[in-house]
Amino acid sequence: MESLNEIISKCEDLSFDLNFTRAKEWKSQDQSRVLVGYMPIYFPREIIHAANGLAIGIMGGGDKKLIVKGDAYYQSYICHMPRGIIELALDNHFEGFDGFIFPSICDVIRNLSGMFKLLNKGKFVKYLDYPQNFKSHIGGTFYIQEMEHVLAEVKKINNVEITPERLNHSISLFNKNRKLTEEIYSIRDAAPWKITAADVYHIVRAGLVIPVEEHNEILEKVISLLNQESGEPLDKIRVLVIGAFCEQPPVGLIRAIELAGCYIVEDDFLLGTRWIQGDIPTDSNDPFRALSHSYLNNSTFSSSVYDVDNPKEARLLKLASERKVDGIIFAAPSFCDPALLDHPILQQACIENNMRYISFLYSENTGQFKVIKEQVGTFSDSIKLWD
Amino acid sequence: MSKDIAKEKSMIIQKEMISRLFKDLSTAKETGKKVVYTFVPGNISELILSFGMLPVYPEINALQSGMRKKSADFIRDAEKIGHSEDVCTYVKCDVGMMINGNIGPNGEKIPEPDLFLLSYTGCFTFMKWFETLKRLYPDVPVALLHTPYQENHKVTPEMTAYMVKQLKEEVIPKMEKVSGNKYDEEKLKACLRNSSKVEDYIMKIFDTTKNVPSPIDAYFAGVYYIGPINNGFRGSDEAVNYYHELYNEILERVNLGLGPITPEGVMEKERFRLVVEGPPNWTHFREFWKLFYDMGAVIVASSYTKVGGVYDMGFRVNPEKPLESLAEYCMNCYTNLNLEQRVELLSKCITDYKADGFLVNSIKSCNSFSAGQLMIMQQLERQLEIPVGFIESDLVDPRYFSYSNIKNRLESFFQMLDQRKMY
Ligand code: SF4
Ligand code: SF4
Repeated sequence: MESLNEIISKCEDLSFDLNFTRAKEWKSQDQSRVLVGYMPIYFPREIIHAANGLAIGIMGGGDKKLIVKGDAYYQSYICHMPRGIIELALDNHFEGFDGFIFPSICDVIRNLSGMFKLLNKGKFVKYLDYPQNFKSHIGGTFYIQEMEHVLAEVKKINNVEITPERLNHSISLFNKNRKLTEEIYSIRDAAPWKITAADVYHIVRAGLVIPVEEHNEILEKVISLLNQESGEPLDKIRVLVIGAFCEQPPVGLIRAIELAGCYIVEDDFLLGTRWIQGDIPTDSNDPFRALSHSYLNNSTFSSSVYDVDNPKEARLLKLASERKVDGIIFAAPSFCDPALLDHPILQQACIENNMRYISFLYSENTGQFKVIKEQVGTFSDSIKLWD
Repeated sequence: MSKDIAKEKSMIIQKEMISRLFKDLSTAKETGKKVVYTFVPGNISELILSFGMLPVYPEINALQSGMRKKSADFIRDAEKIGHSEDVCTYVKCDVGMMINGNIGPNGEKIPEPDLFLLSYTGCFTFMKWFETLKRLYPDVPVALLHTPYQENHKVTPEMTAYMVKQLKEEVIPKMEKVSGNKYDEEKLKACLRNSSKVEDYIMKIFDTTKNVPSPIDAYFAGVYYIGPINNGFRGSDEAVNYYHELYNEILERVNLGLGPITPEGVMEKERFRLVVEGPPNWTHFREFWKLFYDMGAVIVASSYTKVGGVYDMGFRVNPEKPLESLAEYCMNCYTNLNLEQRVELLSKCITDYKADGFLVNSIKSCNSFSAGQLMIMQQLERQLEIPVGFIESDLVDPRYFSYSNIKNRLESFFQMLDQRKMY
């Protein structure tokens, strides 16, 4: 059996393979297979799976892709991630992808969908409008229609008809994936010294670019190996990191936070993989309705979702208390309107509830972490001192 | 430049309309009129008026604060309480105004909201904006109207049905509760009949730039022309009267062969005809405008004057289908169009209005406009072989208005246009 380090190293390679080698290899084994790229945050990958496809999470070029052309497409005051995505597109990293999904999370992603259309990328480009109305017969119905539009595009390519059985089966695989991912987070919650946040990040991120069946196997192995680990606890504070749900922080930044005296026991990196809370029913005659119901009622909170009836500050504090964190780190990409517009609301709730926090900005290609490390180090020291 | 700038009748009418609205707002609590805060794109004031309520537009308050040099302090105050430097300055200006007592640009207190109508059209920041205001006014209900994006180049029956259901089950019940009045479809239809007439006038007015010289500036003066329809008068009799008057005045200018009116009088020699994409800067509006009219540059079309509705492609409200019309109107606002549609629309403007150049004013605050603008520019340059120019500023944050930078860039752009004209 592979060691934990071997698995982590494999996941790290997969996570940052900007040529999507494994996905393309998977597609090449069967002519009716399709590859559909999707942007952050959440996309119901189950529907593509059921249509004999693989939905691939596109998270930008991170600090692995030099931006040469992308800057000509964006002004300096727009976040970094879309430049990387355009750069990847223009350099043909998405060769062999059949379509692209742009979930409705912000105006930048929305307009990026138009740029992909103008660039004629893929056989289809779909901006997926998530309902901001949460009634089943209004927003729910609209969401089902949106999913059906995606599938109609896929069907034009491979002629695969989705049956309830197929979709229920796909849902069960992703339920398992979410459960296993949560289990790893629970292990870190109970014993964060067993595995670093950066390693968990790689393990989860690998799942964006490989078939779910393979990822489930990886997760199972990791859990079994982690259960055999004991490790040595260190004197670190427990923190929750929020704001990093779209443009991803460089892994160096995640490491810097932990090296500066913190255990990250909760975060919103790769939030889409943990978006749906709990299982989606797998015995429905109408699995689209089941997916829609889960989206409307069992989604996590996020800056891209209208929240007035279920305020996100209360949900953040609840999560912080469940994870028994000592403090919250607000880490958002520069120029990220959704994340940054939420900060005053969330931070006010922290103040009112004596939850200590710090806040900083990053960019996916930030290379220097000295200042952030000092800031986090001071934060962690001050919490240790007060306690 | 001729210096005689007697106020036209339409200007006087507009001034009276706006001051009456502000007067009604300032006495709303005494008169018992309910106040609805809402946004310009997806501005369904016909529905608000049909319930006898008064609209308030935080964007318009913000831009007015910018023009009256009050925005810098408001933005600074919002940043002091944790708002980031990186986000939309309209939101910060509005928050700053509210935490300073909600005194509007004209010095009168703006009444507190009785309802937030979050007509969430073409911009995600709207949602964040009212989520923020909801924390300042926790007891005020929010009616959310989610406008689907025209991602696939069209409005589908499903999109319309989704919006109509929201209107029926979310927006109208909340308006009935807040106003104490029942939904009255006949009243709404009457308002829509007015809107339909106004939409025709607006299109005719902006079409007069086909003339050479253009009788109007469709950007700097255009923002005044769209004032009434965007600021709560959609659906009113006054709006019909105002646009009728304005149209006649402009026709007269056409007959006399006159160019546009500027703050320094009539522009006598039209040298360049431009189409502009992006909102204007408000903090230095006059200086900004002067940079154009001093050079004899007239704007013959602008995307910004279409944020509150696009009528160029034939859309008009249909009073006989009132809720469907409101839905389709929202979906047809400029920032709810996908980039391909924006390119098509701008291309049509450049061609129809015989523009010599295309200019982007890229606004730091506004991802809804700015993200993708460089690509729009590339596309138009390639398709139409037209000179393109690019400047940057902000809506209401004076820190991002660099006069010399903009002037230099514009001078190079005008030189390029000049050279082009020689060949
Ligand atoms: S980082 Fe923020 S602004 Fe940029 S694409 Fe993602 S959500 Fe939008
Ligand atoms: S982002 Fe643009 S459209 Fe949205 S509120 Fe700000 S200025 Fe208006």
